[in-house]
Amino acid sequence: MSVDTSFKFDKDYVSKFSSERQEPSWLAELRLQALEQAQSLPMPKPEKTKIDNWNFTEFKHEVSGNKQVAFHELPEAIRELIGKEEEAGSVLVIRNGAVAYHSVTEELKDKGVIFTDFATAVREHGDLVRNYFMKDAVHVDEHRLTALHAALVSSGAFVYVPKNVEVDIPIQAIYFNDDGETGIFNHVLIVTEDNSSVTYVENYLSTNDESPSVANIVSEVFAGAGAKVIYGAVDNFAKGMTTYVNRRGRAARDGRIEWALGQLNDGNTISDNTTHLVGDGSYTDKKTVSIGRGDQKQNFVAHAIHYGKHSESYILTHGVMKDTASSIFNGIAKIEHGATKSNGEQTERVLMLSEKARGDANPILLIDEDDVTAGHAASVGTIDPIQLFYLMSRGISKTEAERLIIHGFLAPVVGEIPLESVKSRLIEVIERKVK
Amino acid sequence: MSTPNLKIEDLHVAIDDKEIIKGLSFEINGGEIHAVMGPNGTGKSTLSAALMGHPKYEVTGGKAFFNGEDLLEMDVDERAKAGLFLAMQYPSEVSGITNADFLRSAINAKREEGDEISLMKFIRELDKKMEVLEMDSSFAHRYLNEGFSGGEKKRNEILQLMMLEPKIAILDEIDSGLDIDALKIVAKGVNEMRSPDFGCLIITHYQRLLNYIKPDKVHVMMQGRIVKSGGPELAERLEAEGYDWIKEELGIEDETVGQEA
Ligand SMILES: Nc1ncnc2c1ncn2[C@@H]1O[C@H](COP(=O)(O)OP(=O)(O)O)[C@@H](O)[C@H]1O
Ligand SMILES: [Mg+2]
Repeated sequence: MSVDTSFKFDKDYVSKFSSERQEPSWLAELRLQALEQAQSLPMPKPEKTKIDNWNFTEFKHEVSGNKQVAFHELPEAIRELIGKEEEAGSVLVIRNGAVAYHSVTEELKDKGVIFTDFATAVREHGDLVRNYFMKDAVHVDEHRLTALHAALVSSGAFVYVPKNVEVDIPIQAIYFNDDGETGIFNHVLIVTEDNSSVTYVENYLSTNDESPSVANIVSEVFAGAGAKVIYGAVDNFAKGMTTYVNRRGRAARDGRIEWALGQLNDGNTISDNTTHLVGDGSYTDKKTVSIGRGDQKQNFVAHAIHYGKHSESYILTHGVMKDTASSIFNGIAKIEHGATKSNGEQTERVLMLSEKARGDANPILLIDEDDVTAGHAASVGTIDPIQLFYLMSRGISKTEAERLIIHGFLAPVVGEIPLESVKSRLIEVIERKVK
Repeated sequence: MSTPNLKIEDLHVAIDDKEIIKGLSFEINGGEIHAVMGPNGTGKSTLSAALMGHPKYEVTGGKAFFNGEDLLEMDVDERAKAGLFLAMQYPSEVSGITNADFLRSAINAKREEGDEISLMKFIRELDKKMEVLEMDSSFAHRYLNEGFSGGEKKRNEILQLMMLEPKIAILDEIDSGLDIDALKIVAKGVNEMRSPDFGCLIITHYQRLLNYIKPDKVHVMMQGRIVKSGGPELAERLEAEGYDWIKEELGIEDETVGQEA
């Protein structure tokens, strides 16, 4: 594997990048150390997907543009995602790596909730960030991409919810690249203290259909005891973007993390969504939809690791494969010894729309404890020609009939998604992708 | 508008290279109701599926015209848009699509872009027709046929018939699995459609349904052909005496397809 070109970023570059942002020294040091580790660490090895030839090196790192604009100056595509300004609530828009728009409701401020971009967070809430950043959830030295992430992280968001605070209105972040070349090194850190709750929704978009770039994204979510986090995401990068996205959660006693992920990139993608159910009675629910089209290759992991007693995980994945796209869906429920009375359930369904597409559903149960329940179901199928005949016999065209069947196939996941905004955005992107 | 017409000449249909329909001719016009009767396994469903364009059934010979146009050249959706309808013996279940969304897509498929049926009008029509069929309004929002009982599926086929208003409809065993009350309701739905602009081919192997929907002509099918045609009295005789007398008359030992010498 060629590594030479990975390191156009040297120590001087990283030091300068850090100091220009007036970062605390702990982060500057962490970056330099990570950069060094990146040189010797291997690339990740996603099961059954070869990534040797994927572009992880060609991208621009310097963030472009750094001025905030008024709401009406945001691109229309972004305004549509947010809705009306006065009803928008708390929103962060990051465009080509820099904050373009940011609003936080008075209510959140009064409650002591922090919602800010990553660069501001490390300056203003450095100690808090330091307690969680790439320590207990995602580690710097897992492989080269996590190390590169730590070395080069440039934007993202920080959400902090104090004890007993419930945030009723979803917090929204939009990460948008439209200069065709800037890479996305985004870090999202969500920390909820005991008995709090928050809903965070993010949209990733880019316009680089032709030009190559890289997204290297890490999200770390901490649900305190009795806390509840709902995390919704719609990934929709253009074809030129190679994506590594790692969204990882840790749930303390009776903590809940619910994921609703629309994995709708057009470029090659590795996506890992792992939840550590650390505390007794902790709970996670993962609902994901994905569509593969063109010749893109994708590898999805939905992983729940049970440590706590009475912990529960539910994984529901539906994928649609078109053209010559290829996707591997790995669902893993791991129940550690001592996690008695735990329950892990998973379902993976793949619908193939083309004979040349590939879709593998691999449900895996790894159980080191006797006193548990677990189950899995998986299927890979094609559109039933008799169903198609039935719909067409009512005058519906083949294209429209297929569209209905695909929607129907994804409905059990999309319909269950607890956030209306994510749901309607998903439907819209799905509509575009299956056309 | 001219009177609807479906004309079949010497039709041959095969499935998996096995010939099932072996030279069948027949014609129906708007305003007429025909019954096709025959024991199980004589090719009735094969005939109806082939006319609608089912992918598994291959037409190996003969012709079919719908309002003068070559039916066999049309795609399935084009046949429907031309005004042909098939109420299926075993309707598919389609998960994730509500009955209402499906019906609206089907209605709009026949209309020009920009001339889609308004939601209000659609709901009004749907409510009215579901009332005729004594269907609970919750059926509009259930997934298409998913988990419907046999009888509910049949009613749903008739609901589609009434909403789509085709020119010629083929009802394949719409009566099977229905109790007498449901049978009357389905008959009421079909009778509401009766007009000079609507022709209907009722496929059944009981005479029961024909007590409620009076046919103009009755055809008996055996061994993949129409072996006898007549008026409503033919259906009554079949009900009273069964099919044996026809077999004797025609020297048929086994009426099913593929068993003949
Ligand atoms: N999908 C099929 N595959 C194989 N054979 C079939 C299929 N459908 C019908 N047949 C055969 O065709 C013959 C006629 O069947 P069908 O048209 O269903 O008769 P009917 O509707 O009169 O009961 C039977 O011998 C049946 O076994
Ligand atoms: Mg039949």
